Formats: sequence, structure tokens, C-alpha cells
Amino acid sequence: MRRRAFDPQTDYPLGSRRPDLVSTPSGMPLDDVTLDGARAGTVVAADIRATPDTLRYQAGVARAAGRDPLADNLERAAELASVPDSELLEIYTALRPGRSSVTELDSWATRLETYGALQTATFIRNAAVAYVERGLLRRPEGSES
Amino acid sequence: MTDGNRRFASRAERELRQEMLISPMPDLGLVAANGPSDPAPELVIEDGVVTRLDGRARAEFDVIDRFVVAHGLDLDIGAEAMPLPDETIARMLVDVDVPRGELVRLARGLTPAKLARVAGMLDPVELMFALKKLRARRAPGNQAHVTNLKESPALLAADAAEAAARGFAELETTVGVARYAPLNAIALLVGSQTGRPGVMTQCAVEERRNLELAINGLVTYAETLSVYGTEPVFVDGDDTPWSKSFLGAAYASRGVKVRFTSGTGSEALMGYAQGMSMLYLEARCIAVVRAAGSQGIQNGSISCVALVLSLPGGSRAILAENMIAAWLDLEVASGNDAIASHSAIRKTAKLMGQFLPGTDFVTSGYSVMPRHDNTFGGGNYDADDLDEWLTMQRDWQVDGGIEPVDEDEVTRIRAKAARAIQAVFEELGLPPVTAEEVNAATFGYDSNDMPDRDRAADVEAADNALARKVSGLDVALALDRRGFVDVAEAIVAMQRQRVCADYLQTAAVIDRDGLVHSAVNDPNAYLGPGTGYRLEGARWELLQALPYVVDASRLGTAIDETASPTLDTVEATRGDDPAEVVIAVGPAFADEIRETIAGLDHGDVLAAIVEGVREAGGSPRIVRVRRVADVAFIAHDGAQLSGSAVALGIQSKGTAVIHRADLQPLDNLELFGMSPLYSLESYRAMGRNAAGYALGQRVGPVPTELDNFARAKLIVRTMLLHSRETKAVEPDAPALELELRATPVCHSS
Repeated sequence: MRRRAFDPQTDYPLGSRRPDLVSTPSGMPLDDVTLDGARAGTVVAADIRATPDTLRYQAGVARAAGRDPLADNLERAAELASVPDSELLEIYTALRPGRSSVTELDSWATRLETYGALQTATFIRNAAVAYVERGLLRRPEGSES
Repeated sequence: MTDGNRRFASRAERELRQEMLISPMPDLGLVAANGPSDPAPELVIEDGVVTRLDGRARAEFDVIDRFVVAHGLDLDIGAEAMPLPDETIARMLVDVDVPRGELVRLARGLTPAKLARVAGMLDPVELMFALKKLRARRAPGNQAHVTNLKESPALLAADAAEAAARGFAELETTVGVARYAPLNAIALLVGSQTGRPGVMTQCAVEERRNLELAINGLVTYAETLSVYGTEPVFVDGDDTPWSKSFLGAAYASRGVKVRFTSGTGSEALMGYAQGMSMLYLEARCIAVVRAAGSQGIQNGSISCVALVLSLPGGSRAILAENMIAAWLDLEVASGNDAIASHSAIRKTAKLMGQFLPGTDFVTSGYSVMPRHDNTFGGGNYDADDLDEWLTMQRDWQVDGGIEPVDEDEVTRIRAKAARAIQAVFEELGLPPVTAEEVNAATFGYDSNDMPDRDRAADVEAADNALARKVSGLDVALALDRRGFVDVAEAIVAMQRQRVCADYLQTAAVIDRDGLVHSAVNDPNAYLGPGTGYRLEGARWELLQALPYVVDASRLGTAIDETASPTLDTVEATRGDDPAEVVIAVGPAFADEIRETIAGLDHGDVLAAIVEGVREAGGSPRIVRVRRVADVAFIAHDGAQLSGSAVALGIQSKGTAVIHRADLQPLDNLELFGMSPLYSLESYRAMGRNAAGYALGQRVGPVPTELDNFARAKLIVRTMLLHSRETKAVEPDAPALELELRATPVCHSS
């Protein structure tokens, strides 16, 4: 049977209205994430998380509700879902004031592009522009505190 | 000459005066709202580019301006909304016929200065009304703090379970020692799901650890992302709007519900308010939070509340910032967690701003344990205040998000949670939780009652748990192995929530059946009386049925089957003895009702009065007035029958009055209205005085104590006693002579 298309106006909450659209990263359907599955060892902790698709559905729900910034954020989240934990925290640190040069921020953006995180890459490049203008980049060698 | 006015001295000793109130000092940002240097609202758009914003040209935009322009402001709507006069928008906020959706739409185009200026025009009641209208989710909710000084896992679990059972939708813990985080998160998870499935939890720790806990499925939300309203403070906080927004997306990518935090006063406290008012700077924060793509915000001054309240208009400014956040379509956890004042009166007056309109989370952390154990430095309201909170909900018919639970049920839940965490610790090879700890967590008052643990072993075990990535699923399986199948199921259900991520939408909470309620599927649609969330039906029944409510129909209705101390005889006639004092009792006296509100037996009371009358040389005669229950008329009727024209009238509840036949019924010679305070000696003195009046002697008033709380304490009992008296009234029946049958038990000394 062909899967009905996602309707962000009516399909929320996905958990109760469209469980058919939701699966774990390994492809296990939401309804199979059960205690029985855990007992049997088919459900494992590393596989319990939202997929990029699910986060995009949620972004769609937010946008349909008129919440563009939240939708943008959830789209960035969908992109970041496939970025390793350690890199997430490195990028966060790089974005903190006085931590990076423009080149370094740019290379993080490029790195994100390799994960397909295009919107987040743009977000970081825009941050770099603001950091230049507001003096929030890492100070040149020798003047670091 | 003097030490000053003693009333001033007394007031200076009150709790309130431990706080400092100051006059505004705008240069330091010490002005609550409408500051003299706040910029005029301004939005200039040229060729689709913002060239001026709130008094600054593009070249001068700081990171906040830039971020809001880049990610928040809707320029099309800005072109429409910014030219609207402030008064017009202010009126729309309180116009019941302007729906939330329209206000939220316009807000997307308003600059921070415009938001602050319009909010600054509203008075407190208008702000409350706007907040009620603008709240994101249909039903208000509440969040609890769950911590203790010993970081006792059994106590954390028991407190979390009780909080969940009491209806808190979110529970927040933190750590005294950072490395405890995984253990505290596990205790909170187990406790919360024992108390009520679906309750969300967080452990406020440093970002890296927080993310780890979330990835392992031990927590589901975070609200540690702070933002500030000036660039220097933002940078001092070691962040920028971009870094914080990125972090928000990172959390969301791991299925964590995120709420940012800001609040009036933080910029002034951190030294860089740039001469702006607290409310204007907070409007900038809220604009950043929305632009960053957060679904919600924790605001309402939070930890700076006492600083804001030192200023004129502080409470109003805090309410205004909550309102602006709701207006920008954000979930609002509205503060009331940090101690706002030493004064219970003052802090509760402040609370009403959020309590009455209802916010998504009325407090950002109600301390479910005694304040002493609140390691957030909070505890504005705590375990000892629960009955007050519940009673205020009942008084106002308002849902403040806390449910009454009786002691047996609380004991059952706490014991189960403590045993559950004991089982989990054992199964996961963590340091054992003893039976003594389970017992103390179930019945104890605070962590002082908890046995000490080997904290070095706990910290080591916590490190180990993090290293081997103990997950929510591991916890569920441990519970399952030990027979806590329902709790295990609830924890797995929370894992399922992480997979479908529905709780990332605005103002999401999860009910016990696992259904997410957010502003998307359960929005606030208030449009005036009869619409929106109203506390009624089963929920209202629940919130009024407090464990200490007394069933009025069963109060004071016990029928005394023993013989009455008096005997009604013949119809009373007018006496002619000039020394006669009639003692006129009410219709139910010594019959339907057998004792006064002070618990004095009616026979003893009559005996005491009779003795008193005799001591002063009078001749007592007792009659029962049947036609009326009011003490003045009982006494006045008695006076008409009295040979001296003086009578003492007494109602069953013990209120008495001395009357004379020639006075108007509602006048009197002496009134004794403090019936709860009277002893038999008091009644004997009343008898003496009545005889004194009858015999024309000089009479000093009966010494009477005054208890101004007697009415508050006893008015219900008084009313019920009086209703029985009025029920015994026979409208046209004449008074009867009464004989005192029983032997008096009291003796004059």
C-alpha cells in the first residue's frame, strides 16, 4: 500500500497520527520501539533517536503553524542529526566569542557541507560576517589573554 | 527625647525590611521599564534591507540587532505593524475580539523597542489579560525543582515521583557536585515515571554533559541556554546569539526539548546595561530567543528577581516580560522559582501576575522538597507551602498546575519510587541503596533524615555510568527484571517520544497516555468568557477536593442521645420580682445543640450564669425563646418577660447579650460576641453583671479577651451551629419556662 503523503497541518502529533512515517535511524518502525523489543535485544539505545526525516517533518509542522524561526532551527537540527556528537560540541565552542578566525569558521562551514548541512553552513558563514564586524573573532597571535 | 515612633520601629523589624528598595538609577540600568534612555521604536527598510533599528544605524548594529534582523524580524509585517500607533497595538492586546493569532502575527514585525514600549503602556490587570490571551498552550502547567543537599538517589526518586503524581509536567534537577549528573538524572527519570508516565525531566549541568545525558536517553529537555540583552553581557557569558542558536539546534538534533533563559535585571547585575531599562533589554533577549528558533523561554527575571523588585514597577515589569514572550509565540516558564522576597505577602502578590492568567509553566521550578534542600538557590515556594498553593487554586478557581494527593497515595508512590531506584542501582552495579534509605525517603522530611552515603563511591560510580553509556533503555530493562514493569514501560514510552520528537514543538507536554499536547494540537484559543481553558468539570472537582476539606454535611450534626440538661415546661409569662433576671436561651439550646462553640456543656453554662446572677443578688429564671434565633431578639424577648426588665440572652453557640425591655432590640447593655473564648467563669461574670444592671448597681464590663482570628478559624462552625439554631425556630411560638435538671458541675470558688 502506498504511504499517504505527510500533511503538516493535520499529521501532528506524528507519534499518534502518523507513526507509519516515523522510524529509528536503523529503519525500525516507531511502533516496534517497545519493552518487548528491548528485552529481545532488537531495540538498542544507540538507535533511539529522531532521524533527519522526522526532524524535517517537525520543521514542516512548525512552519505550517507560522513559526519560521523554529522551523529553521528544526531544519538545522535535521542537518545536525548526522553530525557526530564530538564535532557538534567543537563547532559550538568555535562559535563562542574570541575562539575562531574567519578561516576557521569557514572551514567548519565547509565541513558541515560535507554532511549535507547546507543551511547550518550558511548560518555559520553569516555568523562569521557578524563576528568580523563586532570584533568577536579570535585575536591575532600574541594578543590572546 | 524619644526613640521614635514605636510603630515605625515595629515595621522596621518585619521580614520585608530585610530587603533594600532603591530609587531608580537609569545610568546603571536600574530602571524597571520605560527608561529615559530607551530608544524610540524604529524600523527603516531600504530595498529590503534594514538600515535603522531602534535608534541605531546599520553600521552600529551590535550582535543582538544583527541576529534579530537576520533571523527574527519579518520585514513585510514590520512595514505593516511598525507604523501602527503604540496605543492601537496596546488596545489590541486587551481587546477580547482580537485573536491571539493576529497579535502573534503582528509581533513578528515589531522591534524590541516597540514591544517594550507597548507592553510598558499596560497596567497590571491589562498585562494579565494579555498574557492569558497570548499563552501558547491551552492549559497552564507547572514545573518542579527536585534536588537535595546529600544528592540522595532514593530521596530524589521519591521527590520526583511525588512531584509527578502532583501533576508537574516537567521536573528539573541539578547537581552540587557536577560528576553526580548521571545518577541524579537516573533517579529523576525513575521517580518521574513512577509518579506519572510522560513527565519530562532535565538535569541542569554544563552543556557537554547535558548533551551526553540526553543522547543516552536519561533526560528529555534543557533550559540552560541563557541569553542577554546587551552585547558585552552576552560576550561575558561566553556566547553570542549564533553560538546559542547553534547549541539549540544541536540539542534538538538529539531530540531534546529546548527552552532558552533570560530575565530582567541580568544586564544591570552583570554591569553592562548601557543605560537601558530592564524591560527594553529583556525585549531584546526575547527577540533573540525567538530568532534563534527556540520553542520557548524561561523568563520573569528568574535569579535576578530581587534586584528588579528593588525598583518601582518591578513586579509589573516582570509580568510585562512574560507577556512579551507569549506575544512572540514562545512557550513561557514564568519564573517564580528564585526567592522574590522575604515577605510572604509580597512574593505572593507578585506571583498573582502569572498565577491568575496562567502560563505554560507558572513556576520555572516549584520546590517539591523543603527549601533547605533546593540546590538551585531557589525555593520561592516549597513543600511546606503546598497546601497554600492548592488552597489558592481552590479560592480563585484557577489551575496553577498542582494537584492534591492524599497522604496514603503519596506514601505509596514515594515508597515505590525509592524501591525502584534501589532496584536500578543494584541491577546496574551502582552503590547500593539501603532499606533505611528507602524508608527515610518515603517518610522523611528532608535530606537531614537520610542516612549518609559513601559519596566518593557514588561519584566514582557516576563516572563509570557515563563511561559505559548507561542509557534510559538500560534503566528500563533493570526495572523490568526486578518487577517494576509499569515503570519500565513508561521509560520505554519516553524513549519512543525521543524518536518521534513531537515534543520539540512549542509548549509541548506529555500526558499519562503518551499523547503530546503542544501549541500545535492543543493551542490556547481564548476569546473571552466561555472560551479557552476554564477550570471546570472533572479537573475542577479534583482541584477543590483537597485532603483537608471537611464534608460540611457531616459537620456538627451528631445527635446527642443523652437526656437534655433542661426540661421545657409551661408557657412563660411576665414576672413581677424586681430582682428577677431572665436567662433567655435560643431555640436549640440544650436540645438540638448541647454545647457552645467553645465546647462548654449547655447545662454547665446555665448553671454558671444562674450562680452569677445569685451571687450579685438577683433571682434567675430561665426561659426558651422559640420564635427567633438572633441573639438580640432572644435577649429582648427575655427582657420583656423579666420582672426587672433585664435579661441575659444566649444563643446555642454561646454568644450572649444583656438587654433591657425599653431598649430597641438591636441596642443592648452589654454584648458578648467572642463566644469561642468564653469559659464558665466568663458566663458566671455575665450573670453577675446582668443582676447588677437589674438591681441598678454600678457595673464594670466583663473582662473579655480579643482574638481577631477567632472569626477566620470558627466562622464555618459558627454558621453551621447557627443554621441548626434557625432550623429549630418555631415562628409564632411563645417562650417556655425552662428547668435546669442536671446538678451543676461547676462550683463558685
